[in-house]
Amino acid sequence: MTPVPAPDPVSRAPVTAAPRRATVEPPWMRALLIGITLGFLGLFLILPLLSVFIQAFGKGLEYYFQSITDPAAWSAIKLTLLTAAIAVPMNCVFGVAAAWAIAKFSFPGKTVLITLIDLPFSISPVVSGLIFVLVFGAQGWLGRYQNADHPWFPWLQSWLNTLDLHIIYAVPGIVLATLFVTFPFVARELIPLMQAQGRTEEEAARVLGASGWQTFWLVTVPNIRWGLLYGVILCNARAMGEFGAVSVVSGHIRGQTNTIPLHIESLYDEYNFTGAFAVASLLALLALVTLVLKTWAEHKNAALKTVEE
Amino acid sequence: MLFSRERSVLPGFKLTLGFTLFYLGLIVLIPLSSIFTKTSTLSWAEFHQVTISPVAMASYRLTFGASFCAAMVNAVFGMIVAWVLVRYQFFGKRLVDALVDLPFALPTAVAGITLARLYSDNGWIGHTLAGAGIKVANTQLGIFVALTFIGLPFIVRTVQPVLEDLDAEIEEAAASLGANRWQIFWRVIFPMLRPALLTGIALAFARALGEYGSVIFIAGNIPMKTVITPVLIMGELDSFSYAKATALAVVLLVVSFLLLLIINLLQWWSSRHHAHI
Repeated sequence: MTPVPAPDPVSRAPVTAAPRRATVEPPWMRALLIGITLGFLGLFLILPLLSVFIQAFGKGLEYYFQSITDPAAWSAIKLTLLTAAIAVPMNCVFGVAAAWAIAKFSFPGKTVLITLIDLPFSISPVVSGLIFVLVFGAQGWLGRYQNADHPWFPWLQSWLNTLDLHIIYAVPGIVLATLFVTFPFVARELIPLMQAQGRTEEEAARVLGASGWQTFWLVTVPNIRWGLLYGVILCNARAMGEFGAVSVVSGHIRGQTNTIPLHIESLYDEYNFTGAFAVASLLALLALVTLVLKTWAEHKNAALKTVEE
Repeated sequence: MLFSRERSVLPGFKLTLGFTLFYLGLIVLIPLSSIFTKTSTLSWAEFHQVTISPVAMASYRLTFGASFCAAMVNAVFGMIVAWVLVRYQFFGKRLVDALVDLPFALPTAVAGITLARLYSDNGWIGHTLAGAGIKVANTQLGIFVALTFIGLPFIVRTVQPVLEDLDAEIEEAAASLGANRWQIFWRVIFPMLRPALLTGIALAFARALGEYGSVIFIAGNIPMKTVITPVLIMGELDSFSYAKATALAVVLLVVSFLLLLIINLLQWWSSRHHAHI
């Protein structure tokens, strides 16, 4: 945050009505640029955000609460919470493990590994859903194996057939697709952070007799806590809000395989706009909470850095 | 050095790397490989027929064109927003700074229905524009609006840190040598921002290419006119033509991987560039 360069009376030329310095913009230019910024962000961010809440309450409070406590909405909320409760902790454990291996040790192929971890970010949500249909769908690897005439391991085929597996168009498929799209969040926050911190503190703890777990919990975790929180918040926001990937694997069965975003789509497609926005306001609220927590974690992380320096 | 590289005092290397590779394989690599095994069941002629059909070509033109225009508009406005947030003080600046990340945090389906309603003929913005004879909802312009929303934070967030780290002395040196404000910006500041700006554009473009949730509601999905490639894939899936869907997915994947390569090269370039200063 560089403050506006104030006229500096001590070291520079005397402050008479000297010609304006070429290191700052004229006042009208500043006003214009600030105006453009506020206008652009107002049109593209603030107006849409406001309109979510205004449309949500378009038919009054009673209709609002009726829309979000409707059994179908309630089941969508529960499914979304369940999905996030599985996906976020799993990707969190993965992120910490990957960052530990990558930041604290040197091994060949590290750059390739980091690129592979980031891969799900560059894949279209629709394609992310499609791959799980190709693996677990009736026409996919699993389905074809279950129906094969001469499978490689007949005992495995008969065991799979007795299981009555439902992955695609069911909850496990939704969880898998969510795991895939939220895969990199925690890891990509922690890897650069832990690389910058180095390993001297952990080595000191070990030399002084701490066990591996003690070193991790008492030295590493306090150092990375704000970065970890940051990653978890973003991971959670995406897990609860994912639409494209989940849409492919869900099958849109109302009250069973609809997450909150899919339920919003169903309501919107039935022209129940007020209902759709009422449920959407829950996710908009989640987005606002995410932004607040994220800004707070960034602030704390920056404070931690300046203390260390 | 007290300890040799080979035997670190820190434990857990085999455990964490092993788990990382196992989990990466299970969640990402094995499922992703299904795309390529599925494509290999198609003959080259079939693959070709699906990926260059008129419907597919129209969807590429639209997806690439709208994504490119959105990334360019965001490049201009993103630079201005980043400049204002770094250099100026004004009331509510911290709030505005935090709000820039809204498109990352707001679920795409919510963004989609909101933009669709705002720009529909009786929406707040659509009503005004309709008076001027401009139609946004159910047109290609609507897709551009949605992709601009989605790509907004990328350029701001890549340019902002570089602008913050910029040394004031360089500008003062240029000023003392007689450059005016405009020359200083174009000849001194802008070249230093260029790698970050290009990275931001590539990131916004890559994100826009695969975007689905925020586009489908405002696009109207009219065949040959407002169907983007991800929607085309979704349509093939709905009619259970998995092979066709996969062939189109391969096209998107290859483009994404190329962009990923370009982004990595740009970041390598910008880190070299930074080291030289």
